[in-house]
Amino acid sequence: MTAHGAPDGPGGGPTDAERQVAAVFRAEHGRAVAILTRQLGDLGVAEEAVQEAFVVALRRWPTDGVPPSPAGWILTTARHRAIDHLRRESSRADRHAQAALLHARDEPPEVGPVQDDRLRLVFTCCHPALAVPAQVALTLRLLGGLTTAEIAHAFLVPEPTMAQRIVRAKAKIRDARIPYRVPRDEDLPDRLTGVLAVVYLVFTTGHTAVAGDSLVREDLCAEAIRLGRLLVELMPDEPEALGLLALMLLVDSRRATRVGPDGLVLLADQDRSRWDTAEIAEGQALVRRCLRRGRPGPYQVQAAIQAVHADAPTAAATDWRQVVALYDQLLVLAPSPVVSLNRAVAVAEVDGPAAGLALVDDLPLTRFHVFHAVRADLLRRLGRSAEAADEYAAAIAATDNAAERAHLTRTRDTLPPPTPAAGAESVSSG
Amino acid sequence: MAQYLLSVMEPTGGTPDPDLLRQVVQDVEALDRTMHDEGVWVFAGGLHSPSTATVLRAQDGQVVVTDGPFAEGKEHLGGFSVIDVDDLDAALEWGRRLAVATTLPIEVRPFRS
Repeated sequence: MTAHGAPDGPGGGPTDAERQVAAVFRAEHGRAVAILTRQLGDLGVAEEAVQEAFVVALRRWPTDGVPPSPAGWILTTARHRAIDHLRRESSRADRHAQAALLHARDEPPEVGPVQDDRLRLVFTCCHPALAVPAQVALTLRLLGGLTTAEIAHAFLVPEPTMAQRIVRAKAKIRDARIPYRVPRDEDLPDRLTGVLAVVYLVFTTGHTAVAGDSLVREDLCAEAIRLGRLLVELMPDEPEALGLLALMLLVDSRRATRVGPDGLVLLADQDRSRWDTAEIAEGQALVRRCLRRGRPGPYQVQAAIQAVHADAPTAAATDWRQVVALYDQLLVLAPSPVVSLNRAVAVAEVDGPAAGLALVDDLPLTRFHVFHAVRADLLRRLGRSAEAADEYAAAIAATDNAAERAHLTRTRDTLPPPTPAAGAESVSSG
Repeated sequence: MAQYLLSVMEPTGGTPDPDLLRQVVQDVEALDRTMHDEGVWVFAGGLHSPSTATVLRAQDGQVVVTDGPFAEGKEHLGGFSVIDVDDLDAALEWGRRLAVATTLPIEVRPFRS
């Protein structure tokens, strides 16, 4: 914790304490829920108790001052609330849990199995028996300490819908007995892939809001990076967890330059002096750490590609051969049409737009706006303006994102006019 | 321990290849024995086709009898196993093995305890 003092100085008072409660909530929610869930064997009761503890904190801290160890205070208060809850319910099974809780009181907080508890929570929230949207919501709610309203807002769904999604997921965890533990070694690679995908989905949702006017919903990106750091802390020997964090940091480092007054700004046109050098340095250090492990995976290779871009002082100085080589590796590790599309873009930089276009033509991505945008750009560079204009139109029609539409429209409008007589026939002369 | 229903979802209509069927029967029986040996088996059985079903409905103090399954569908319950295991992960592991043995989708559902 950063601040321990009571907020009674000048300029302090309730607002400071409230801010502090919110900060502690974000930072400690996952840990408190994780520890209590292990002690109680019931995620729902644990979460409710932690919730109540924060309500008490909001009432008491402004007048009593923030306790010396806010995290410990929250955990102790939550534990008392849980015991009260169990006394009220008071079935035989609960009496057993009560005894466990009373016994647990003496356990020193924040040492020993604490990290394992949060890791258990990660794997429970991201259990494959839950639908992916439910995994995302639970991870943000329980581990990230976001409110249901915040999650609903970030994912553009009504709050009652998100609340119901979370309630249903927690009920399934309880009723179907989704276990609260780290998977066995033989299941770990598969399950870890699922966990990383959830965190990356949070990041990409923040990075490219598919609808609405904000290209970057920064809070989701920051939250995903925070979760990524937690995964690295909990699983320091998993190179793909390192790779995911590196990838997110390197992509996020360009956030400030990605959107200009006229919409999306492409990588080549971004003001590189405004890239976040701290995030780049951290991301590149992580990529080097991955390389030393010698166990490459899709996130590590994607991070390495972003590191190549981050290395280039200007767009022209980009080592595109290296980028193509990395995409070749990515195609082996995780083949997909989108990877092929990105590889084609890099190939166009090395061997020219005609070579890139030949690789793009047959990709089954006609509903993906980036596919059309890439084709449009390659056609434009080949001087095939009429076809390029059609592709820009297709790209604009396929995206709801205002910043991307603005960029595509602007580029289309600056195309040189097609030769009226020749039209698409002027291809070969381009 | 908790009990789970593993339902075998069979496509309606058509008859499977006899060789495949023989193999499936053999594999399911082997799995059933393994469930017994590992102490998780509670009950299991395969069902006759939905056309052999009869539906009863209590209406106005009487019970009406109708021929045929409750609902016609592209899939139907072809058979099931009830197992008693620690948690969903264990149930899913048995479900996975049943899916391989039957070559059919398996629905795993917890019993109310």
